[in-house]
Parts: sequence; structure tokens; C-alpha cells
Amino acid sequence: MRIRSTPSWQLKESDVTPESVYHQRRDILKKLGITLATLPLATQAQANIFDVFSDDEKIPDRRRALKAPDSTRFHPDLSLTPEDKILKYNNFYEFGTDKSDPARRAANFVTDPWKVDVSGMIARPFTLDYDDIFKRFPIEERIYRLRCVEAWSMNVPWIGFPLASLLRYAQPTSHAKFVAFETLYDPKQMPGQASRRLGGGIDYPYVEGLRLDEAMHPLTLIAVGLYGKTLAPQNGAPLRLVVPWKYGFKSIKSIVKITLTDKQPPTTWNLLAPQEYGFYANVNPQVDHPRWSQASERFIGEGNLFSSRRQPTLPFNGYASDVASLYKGMDLRKFY
Amino acid sequence: MTSVSTARQKKYRISPRQITALKVVIHLVSLFFFVLLIFQTFKGQLGADPVQGLSHFTGKAALNTLFITLLISPLAQWWKQGSLVKVRRLLGLYSFFWAVLHLLVYVLLDLNLDWALLASEIAERPYLTVGAVCWLILFALAVTSTQSMQRRLGKRWQQLHYWVYLAVPLAPVHYFWSVKSGVIEPLLYIAGAIMLLSFRKKTFKRWIPKFHQQTPSEER
Repeated sequence: MRIRSTPSWQLKESDVTPESVYHQRRDILKKLGITLATLPLATQAQANIFDVFSDDEKIPDRRRALKAPDSTRFHPDLSLTPEDKILKYNNFYEFGTDKSDPARRAANFVTDPWKVDVSGMIARPFTLDYDDIFKRFPIEERIYRLRCVEAWSMNVPWIGFPLASLLRYAQPTSHAKFVAFETLYDPKQMPGQASRRLGGGIDYPYVEGLRLDEAMHPLTLIAVGLYGKTLAPQNGAPLRLVVPWKYGFKSIKSIVKITLTDKQPPTTWNLLAPQEYGFYANVNPQVDHPRWSQASERFIGEGNLFSSRRQPTLPFNGYASDVASLYKGMDLRKFY
Repeated sequence: MTSVSTARQKKYRISPRQITALKVVIHLVSLFFFVLLIFQTFKGQLGADPVQGLSHFTGKAALNTLFITLLISPLAQWWKQGSLVKVRRLLGLYSFFWAVLHLLVYVLLDLNLDWALLASEIAERPYLTVGAVCWLILFALAVTSTQSMQRRLGKRWQQLHYWVYLAVPLAPVHYFWSVKSGVIEPLLYIAGAIMLLSFRKKTFKRWIPKFHQQTPSEER
């Protein structure tokens, strides 16, 4: 495992935005938000005028503050997707197929206690409990692009630890070639698992996998929080995978099992529609989904409905210089 | 025959005033859903980013209204209330209204007016081609829906409006093809389309022998 000392995504100390500036920027954005709210078509303004239809749902928020050093070392120049949108626009079919379902249906999802079982072809099998998730490996904040296979994208300030830290601790044997992940299976808590209609006809538990070299890549993160707080259930609490150069469905949520194997593990969307979703699922503007173009994406950022913008999709979601070498000599049209 | 007609005279008939009332109800229900959609959008009930929600809502509204439109004639026959067909045009126009909104959401909010992308997507993606065909059929029917157009087109008017029998199965196919997973609901719509077409078996049967008789004679 060769790790470059200065990967391109790791900005030099001199490039790092001081924390005060980071928060200043947030303040400015907030103020912009207030200005927008006074415009006739802005969300908040309308919400206040038309409260007649139903009361705003009060969703319990059990997240707690999470301190993470190394803030904004990664892509501080990216404009962030507002926290509110990251919390309310989710694909987490275990809680329903509509984007707004997970925030509502996962509100009471129990993440403490939690247990992650790390096993398979490793010298040191172990389990992580809830506290270990945040304490066993040093966490840091990283701002990553997130590109969904449905051609929308966000920029998210994740908090987490490199999966490589966990894997090095586990000590993969020489036979280990792949890492398999599994989401919690609990139909009592996850209505989408109890009902095929709610869960979009998927066979649960949700499973995902990476090649070992992909899993060991320094960009591959196990996220335990975002926006300075622990993860909300709809974002995959208490811990989820984040592979920023792959389509979002690879970044499996609410993980309970990490297994090292010598065979390519089955992956949920590939099982459901193999001609549409591959094992690799690298973001690639040149290889379209059979039913829609992947050349561009709708960025979900600040502002209201009418301020969304379409932007070109970047090869490997903008991380080509870091990860393209992993796929040298591979036909990316074949291994989509 | 006489017994039937006397029975009909005794039977309840929908009055013109009731047809007007029904039209008012159709307007109110449609506008209610339109207002509801706007409220939901700006109250954040369609999610933090309502584009997908808006697309689904308007698409399904167009589909539902189209199906209700196609249900009118069979109902008028079963209930022997011929005047019921007077609400058909209004319903059809509302179906087109939703289809226009559906397209606007896609072009304006999803593609951000990227016309080149729109053109290539419609050409390359079968589900969008199918959607575009449906939209054009509804468009053609909407612009020829006035009585003056009906008079001007004469016999061809009915022939043009038979195209709705193509839009009815294609619209749910467009829906079925567009979803990532969860095909149960689109399949139910496809079943509904087949049912609506099966009510018109007689019309279709009329077409088939016509072809058999006419085509050979026309060719020679």
C-alpha cells in the first residue's frame, strides 16, 4: 500500500481556510438565506403565509455535536449543500422510496446501542460498539462531492475516519481481495424491509462491496457525522461508507457488518438491475445510464426551487487524479 | 324497443344543470390539487428539493386525469347517461394541463432549459421518447378540442382523436420505464390502461375487418 505524502485533494497548510473564515462564510450564506426568504417565491416566506394546510412536522433530532479536527482540509472551495437539504433529501429505501420519507420514517431509529462486526479474511476480527465508532479511529472533517446515479449532486462536509484505518487495524490476510458491507436488517425499525411496496422491491439487507485497493484508498471514508454533528438516521447513522468517486448507492448506510473476502461480493443494485448498475459504479460522464444521461447533474445547493443549476459531471466525480490509476487498463464501459 | 324507450323515459336522466355542476366540480377538484401542489412545494412537503416530487405529482395527475377521461364513455354507456360525455373534453384538457406542467418541471427545473440535452434525451431514451409521443398526442387533441375545430376537421376529427387509444397505454409505459425500482404501481396503471382499452373492444373489432376488406381492394 503506497500512500503519497501530498495527495492533490489534501491542500497545503497555507491553503487552509481559517475556521473563523469558514464560519463567517456560513454566516454570510445564512444572511443570504434570510434575504432570499423575503423574496416572494422563497421557501420560508411561503411557509409562513400558508401555514393553514398542516403544521410543520416536528422531527425529533437526536444528533449531538461532534468535534472533528482537520476541518476543511478537503475541498474548502466547494460551496456546500445546506444542512437542511442534506437532512431532508435522501435515498434510503429501508425507510421508503420517496426522498422525503427517510427523514420522517427514520426519526425514531435506534442507533445506540450499535454493533459493527468486522470479520472474514483478517488476522484480527473485532466488533465496534457505539462509542468505538467515534473513538477507536481518529476522525476528521472532509468536504466531498456526492453524485447520485439519478444525476443530482450535493457537496457534503462529512466527519469520519478513513476506512483504511479500520482495515489496517483488522490486518487483512493475503487472500483478502474484496470488502463486503451490510446494512442493518431490522424490519421492525425499517418499514421498507417489512413491506416490498414501501422498500421499492429490494431484497434486504442492503449489501455493497469494494475491491480491497478501493477500500484502502485514502479518499474512502467511514462517515460518522456531518455538519459538525453525529449522523442523522436518514443519512446512515451511526456509520456509513462514503466513496466520493462512485455513485451514491455504493456508499452504504447504517453498517453492521464488514467482511473481507476473496470473491467479488454481491451488491444490491447490481442484483436488482445488472444492466443498469455495475459493481464498480464509478462516476463517469461518458457512460450513460441506459435510461438517462450521466454527462451532467443537477446540483442541490443554496436557494429555492428556481435556483438549482445543472453542471457538467466530472470523471470520477472530480477525483480522477487520485483514483483513475486504480482502473488502469480496464474498459470502463464494460466495468461500469 | 318501445318498452326500452318507455323505461328510459321513466328512468332518471342527468340534467344540463347537473352537467354544469359536474364541470364546476371538475374545475374545483383540479384547481384544489394544483393549489395543494404549490402549497406543498413551498412548505417543503415535497422534500428539500421538490423537483422530483413535482415531476411525479404532475405526471401522475396527468395520468389519472387521462384515465378518468377514458372512463367517461363506458360509464355513459353503462348508466345510459349519454350527456355525461359532455364533461369528457374538460377532463381531457385538464390531463393536458398536467402534462404541460410535467414537461415544464422537466425542462425548466430538471434540465435548466438545456435544450440540446432535452433533444438528445428524447431521441436516445425510449421512456422519454414514449413520454414525448404521449405529450404530442395530448397536445394535438387539446388544440383540436374546440367545436369549430371539430366542424372544420369533419370526419378526420374522430380519426385524430382515436390517437388517445395510443396515449393511454404509452403513458403508464413511460411511468414504468422511468422508475428505478418499485414497479408495482406502474404495473397497476398498465393494467388499468388495458382495462380501459378492453371497454372499447367493439371499436377495435370494427377496425380489423375493415382493414381486411379494404386493403386488398385498395391495392389492386
